[in-house]
Amino acid sequence: MIFLDNLINGLSLGSIYAIIALGYTMVYGIAKMLNFAHGDVIMIGAYIAFCGLQYWGLPPVIAILAAMAVCTLLGVTIEGLAYRPLRQATSLAVLITAIGMSYLLQNIALMIWGANPKSFPRTFINGASIRIGQLSISSATIWTILANIVIMVALTLFTAKTKMGKAMRCVSEDRGAAELMGINVNRTISMTFAIGSALAAIAGVLLCSSYPILQPTTGSMPGIKAFTAAVFGGIGSIPGAMIGGVLLGVIEIFGKAYISTELGDAIVFAVLIVVLLVKPTGLLGKPVREKV
Amino acid sequence: MTKAKRNRLIYNIVTFALVIGAFLLLQSMIANKSITRSLKGQLVPICCWVVMAVSLNLVIGISGELSLGHAGFMSVGAYTGAVISGWLLNAHGVDNTTLRLVLAIVAGGMAAGVMGALIGIPVLRLRGDYLAIVTLAFGEIIRNLVNVLYVGVADGRLTFSFLNKSMPEGVTMLVDGAKGAVKIKPISTFTAGFVLILITLIVVLNLVNSRAGRAIKATRDNRIAAESMGVPVTKYKMMAFVTAAALAGMAGALYGLNSSTVVPTQFTFNQSINVLVFVVLGGLGNVLGSVISATLLTVLPEMLRAFSDYRMLVYAVVLILVMIFTNNPLIRSVLSSAVAPIKRALRGKKQGGETA
Repeated sequence: MIFLDNLINGLSLGSIYAIIALGYTMVYGIAKMLNFAHGDVIMIGAYIAFCGLQYWGLPPVIAILAAMAVCTLLGVTIEGLAYRPLRQATSLAVLITAIGMSYLLQNIALMIWGANPKSFPRTFINGASIRIGQLSISSATIWTILANIVIMVALTLFTAKTKMGKAMRCVSEDRGAAELMGINVNRTISMTFAIGSALAAIAGVLLCSSYPILQPTTGSMPGIKAFTAAVFGGIGSIPGAMIGGVLLGVIEIFGKAYISTELGDAIVFAVLIVVLLVKPTGLLGKPVREKV
Repeated sequence: MTKAKRNRLIYNIVTFALVIGAFLLLQSMIANKSITRSLKGQLVPICCWVVMAVSLNLVIGISGELSLGHAGFMSVGAYTGAVISGWLLNAHGVDNTTLRLVLAIVAGGMAAGVMGALIGIPVLRLRGDYLAIVTLAFGEIIRNLVNVLYVGVADGRLTFSFLNKSMPEGVTMLVDGAKGAVKIKPISTFTAGFVLILITLIVVLNLVNSRAGRAIKATRDNRIAAESMGVPVTKYKMMAFVTAAALAGMAGALYGLNSSTVVPTQFTFNQSINVLVFVVLGGLGNVLGSVISATLLTVLPEMLRAFSDYRMLVYAVVLILVMIFTNNPLIRSVLSSAVAPIKRALRGKKQGGETA
């Protein structure tokens, strides 16, 4: 029974990682950059939803939509202001900029909302838990896993069927060739950031529904772990991010339950190092040959 | 002597002259007591941060990889140094502080170097931004591990235990879990810090200007081209990374032995970012720049207390702006066309001076 409890908790945490990891993996696949600030977009999304619920008295669904709208705007703005001028620069320069952006967001949040942790209000997401026999599943867990499945299906359909989705795949395959075929690369990259950031807002709300402590650094650790999940599943691959995220969540919860609570994070990161040793391309990643 | 060689020589002489000059100036200020208390307390930390910045510059500026776990290596060095120093004192009765300090620093450097090699082996053969994320992960792992590490010394022997504090009777604790390394006898001196800076500068500047340094820079500028010229990329990247890790460990040992306790929260990701800001602001690949920016950015926040709330905010903006200004082709061309007339004027004056 404890095993099942842990498994379900792991799946829930893993689903949050998976949704965050989607943002990382899509941006990495298309813009070939590690968007360090993604974790902090989650935090901003959670704060906006928090304000909507606590101060402005919005209904939960509207508050989540508002958070998604703000994050989308934020993601596109960050990309346009900070990353677009560096499109031709080395990956080192882009990475340092992304770290700067991550710190900027954290400090802006610190100035607006202060350092004191806020407790995230209860919504329909953390309603009554469901009991099956002795097993009790919290409603937040069910919503998280459901949201994860819906997002996964929607995103797969989007990249496979729509024009924009196809453009994204083209840009990730070969940016130069895509541009020659008349695809607007800048707009495609902006779109990727928009989708990733909107998903980040959802992830932020789900994260704070399960772990209701909100502070400016809330997003950084889940962000880093989600990136680990993306690498684990194979960076650039959407199903990979899903599988990697869920597996990592389960590993983290089991590690905390059966090995040591204090070493939970260390176990997660040790997984990353082992994955890079054994299969650097991740579970579903394909090795890419570099052309000269 | 070619022009490039002469410029390099001048650069090295200026770097060493500045460091030695600053040391002599500060020593004379200490001698006639004209130094402020707060500055005096900061002399050893400044030395540590200079070493950290120069060694991180070796990884970022020279070999072109991003390491976000530099504080992790520092923490390895600090803990190792504290344990070695405590062990030498308690178990072997080594009273000579200089000897203890030197042995602790060497041990700290070795431990951090070994850690660097362990991380470098899986990561540096990969392409892409993996080193950044793995070093970040490493920093977190180290912080997690030292939180549950207990080291005691009794009857001349070190006892290690992990996760739970099970120690024999009459043990003197050296590392006490989340409380960190405790009851350290502060033995770091400014002179030791100065010597460490000199060693760091000699190691880094020699490495950069050697055959290996040229190979490292070649792999940074174009990995494929370097590889096809027969440069073993992984080996040279490892060389830079492990050297930097060892130097960070030495700085950590010095830093740890400067106060009576070392706690895991001193070496967070934020510290790694601090050092990154030193390096970026000083100029990627510019050793002298790192020395100057690390010194100034350690001294200034102490002097400008009011500014401390906004320090990280300003650092973040600095990181973004420096990167955009130095890497965007459009802004660069505008900047260089603005600077060109000044440069020309300066050169003209110089030539005029020579003929006169």
